[in-house]
Amino acid sequence: MTPVATPFFFYLFAAIMLIGGILVITRKNPVHSALALIVALLAQASIYLMLYAPFVAGVQIILYAGGIMVLFLFVIMLVSIERSMKERQFNSQWVAGTVAAVALGGLFIAVYAKAEKIFPHHAIRITPDELLNTQGVASMLYGQYMFAFEIASLLLLVAIIGAVVMAKKRI
Amino acid sequence: MESMLHITTLHYLVLGAALFLLGVVGVLTRRNVVIVLMSIELILNAVNLNLVAFSRLWGGLHGQVFAIFIITDAAAEAAVGLGILIAFFRNKETVNIDEVNLLKW
Repeated sequence: MTPVATPFFFYLFAAIMLIGGILVITRKNPVHSALALIVALLAQASIYLMLYAPFVAGVQIILYAGGIMVLFLFVIMLVSIERSMKERQFNSQWVAGTVAAVALGGLFIAVYAKAEKIFPHHAIRITPDELLNTQGVASMLYGQYMFAFEIASLLLLVAIIGAVVMAKKRI
Repeated sequence: MESMLHITTLHYLVLGAALFLLGVVGVLTRRNVVIVLMSIELILNAVNLNLVAFSRLWGGLHGQVFAIFIITDAAAEAAVGLGILIAFFRNKETVNIDEVNLLKW
């Protein structure tokens, strides 16, 4: 299916993402930050759809906006946030941190100003078949990336054990 | 105006860079550990956006597979990070990252 009104939706979702990101790093209450992050992640899932990556978009919604953010909200519930909300929200090095980020932004601008020469002008003309996307990703995960897939399962096992050990009162 | 209306890979890359910068500012300036961890999620998402955009540019699926691996990584990182946060909160009764200074000299 050819997408309709791509520029409009790109700028709409990009604006939602950036506003969500700004809210994440400026809100006092971590719950508000988490909700803003969920909005940003959902907008990003829509951008994945525009890039013909429906499987990644689904994983983004189910795993990120669903799973990981619920974990965040649970932990916010477990720690008391009343005290930290009364305190100063930005640390004493915030000027240096912002300057460093601006310098990084200047680096990005310097690189992307030359990007026209590095990248081809247009994305490839052939439209990828969305119906074959999940199948293609799956056959790559179980074929070419088999080893990395197994290592990822090991990583998750270690993370589960680590999280349980960290959060337990007495081992 | 022409370049504004035709969405190319560069548009996605600039969006990813902007999101990355927001995450960096959050990590460097906030004091609440929970929000620092969320900023790290923003950074990982910016990387994912770049990977999927490049996957579209070159027409393969490698970028999307990598994005899925990074989402797995983000889940593991969030679980361990929040476990550390709970242990820290139990010991110090605060979520302020400035008070994580036992190894400071």
